[in-house]
Amino acid sequence: MPISFEKAENTREAERYYHQVAVEQMRPISRKYDDHEHDLPVEWIDWFWREGRKGAGRADGEGDGFVQVCIQAEELCWGDAALYLRMPTPALGGSAVAAAGTNEQKERFLAPFRGDGHPIWGAMAITEPNAGSDAAAIETTARLDDDEWVLNGTKIFCTAGQGASEVPGGFVVVWATVDKSAGRAGIKSFVVPAGTPGMTLVGLEKKLGIRASDTATLRFEDCRVPRDHLLGSEKVKKADPSQTGDKGFKGAMATFDASRPIVAAMAVGVGRAALDFVTEELARQGIRLRYDAPPRELTAIERDLLEMTAELQAARLLTWRAARLLNRMRPNNLEASMAKAKAGLAVTRITQKAVALLGPAGYSKKLMLEKWMRDAKINDIYEGTQQINQLIVARRILGYSSSALR
Amino acid sequence: MIDFEPTEEQALIVDTVRQFAAHEIRPRAREADETGSLPKDVLEQAHELGLVANALPEAFGGGGERSAVSGSLIAEELAFGDLSIALAILSPALVAFPVVDFGSDAQRKELLPRYAAASFRPGALAVTEPHFGSDPFRPRTTARREGSDYVLDGAKCQVPWQDGDDVLLVSAAEPGGPQLFVVPRAAAGLKVERERNMGLQALPTAELRLEGVRVPASARLGGEAGSDLRALIARGRVALAATGVGMARAAFEVARDYAKERQTFGAPIATRQAIAFKLSDMAIEIDGARLLVWEAAWRLDRGEDALREATLAYEQVKRIALEVADGAVQVFGGHGYTREYLPELQLRNARGYASFEALALV
Repeated sequence: MPISFEKAENTREAERYYHQVAVEQMRPISRKYDDHEHDLPVEWIDWFWREGRKGAGRADGEGDGFVQVCIQAEELCWGDAALYLRMPTPALGGSAVAAAGTNEQKERFLAPFRGDGHPIWGAMAITEPNAGSDAAAIETTARLDDDEWVLNGTKIFCTAGQGASEVPGGFVVVWATVDKSAGRAGIKSFVVPAGTPGMTLVGLEKKLGIRASDTATLRFEDCRVPRDHLLGSEKVKKADPSQTGDKGFKGAMATFDASRPIVAAMAVGVGRAALDFVTEELARQGIRLRYDAPPRELTAIERDLLEMTAELQAARLLTWRAARLLNRMRPNNLEASMAKAKAGLAVTRITQKAVALLGPAGYSKKLMLEKWMRDAKINDIYEGTQQINQLIVARRILGYSSSALR
Repeated sequence: MIDFEPTEEQALIVDTVRQFAAHEIRPRAREADETGSLPKDVLEQAHELGLVANALPEAFGGGGERSAVSGSLIAEELAFGDLSIALAILSPALVAFPVVDFGSDAQRKELLPRYAAASFRPGALAVTEPHFGSDPFRPRTTARREGSDYVLDGAKCQVPWQDGDDVLLVSAAEPGGPQLFVVPRAAAGLKVERERNMGLQALPTAELRLEGVRVPASARLGGEAGSDLRALIARGRVALAATGVGMARAAFEVARDYAKERQTFGAPIATRQAIAFKLSDMAIEIDGARLLVWEAAWRLDRGEDALREATLAYEQVKRIALEVADGAVQVFGGHGYTREYLPELQLRNARGYASFEALALV
């Protein structure tokens, strides 16, 4: 395929479908579940489980693959990013299973999400009170005992952690170390089914934004799962620079190469919500962005709009590029982090500027701009902060290892 | 289907031009800037690669392979070598492409073959004006019909002005809007003054005064139908944006390489986050801007009005090219301020994008 920006036919169908979902199912309840932070958005969850998860229809023919997934995420997050995160899906837990699990594990853990039962959730638990961006510092332990893994530790900031830990049928993928002395090589991931004794929901965060999303603290106290709930290899290969020694950790990190373009696309969705609204509102006020005006005639507002529009599109295209590489099964670690770093920061700025451009109205809860600004900021933080993604980009472009550039 | 892979043929051209830029253009950049003169042998060599001629119609000796995407890829690679030399190499398109796009059969026959001939012929296009707030869509230079002639009055600046050709294209306002005119360089009433600018020093540019310059009616490009300035400016913005990406990439790469060599406190400065993050910012912004350029170019190739995308891409490039070049000077520290290294040249060139219009076309 040559350089092309033309969406495949089924991508355009999906785009139309998810846009309609955003308009009809998400926007009408968007404010309600921002105001009522820990209420379950039942109408959305039920609708999605009943209708939404069927998707836009057939995905046959040559398609955009992962780019289409990004476009879907953008449309839904244009609707409401928090409700998107609250959808009953395997989410990041599913990505982890798909990336590191055997075919049997994929079938066992993911099939229920296609089943007829009640809505269920997947989640991934990595972050700990003392281990955020530095995932190798994880303190949660996994010990093999009588053919079962025994997990102990505390996980925080677990998106969809309430649904995934409590509602039977779902699961949480938990990162834990099987051998602290092995450092990163000792870190493995484990599927902990919802309701497993020893896994407790300790609390839910009260947040700046994405309030309809359940961000959980989970405690693991002698939480036992069968031996075959480990994803990937049991073996701990101690770091050896000459080998691809720590595949367990790398495998786990590879999940991010697939998830970061999606998070970047989600960010673009929120940013676009704000930019669309501001552009339309200003047009109603007679202010239109001119592309054929000389610089001296452009107003400050036009300059802002121009920059916001270009920044959002640059973020979107970087995102699609990272996704496109996944389609080709090519390494995209650099590109995924570039997209995530760019999108997180771009939409943070775009939404903040959008609030400012509309003055008191932008600041008021009568409009949604203030919510989108609050929602947008998380994209600069989760799934690797702006800074950790910059660090990854820097290591790649400089050819430095993680020990050479910390 | 959405994709970001150049075709095999494009990849081959990119590779060729990249080598040419690294081995033929870059080593001559500093001297060309210092002496304010172009390396003629490099221009001839580039001409042999057929970078512009390939895009001209076969009927006039060209390769018949016009593509704004390919043109953008080429422009980026050339400017990676050096901006002034890149614009000089691409200058034949300043006349040739508008003539292809808008010219009458007679104008094509008269003007195109020279740019596909054996030796290099430079082109010149006068769009920008020296007054405050120059507006390429609404030139103050006027074209007045007088009998069977047009009379042009006004002023232009930042006009590429290499020796070796006898015509240029000039934009001028008629009552119905701006049009392009083919003007002999030796026309009576045309006064040419060589410019001295902060950057682009190797590329000769001129400020022009047009005082009652009289050209025949047949000099109006496209005859009755005329020319589409909107499309011309869009093509100019895409081409210039592509050169900006190339120039920024060059600045980024020299800064990156220097940062890995330069030691402070016992380690390369690239191992410090203050420097490493600056470099990662540059890399991200350059890639993002390049994709904007490609999107605008792709729209042009589909025959769409791409002024919006072209402007977005160009505005982004204006900003990031300056940021990257400035960042490169900063990474080099005191050395970046000297003319021993490229960043100071790149910073002077980068600021030029604030006023450049139609200095290159795709």
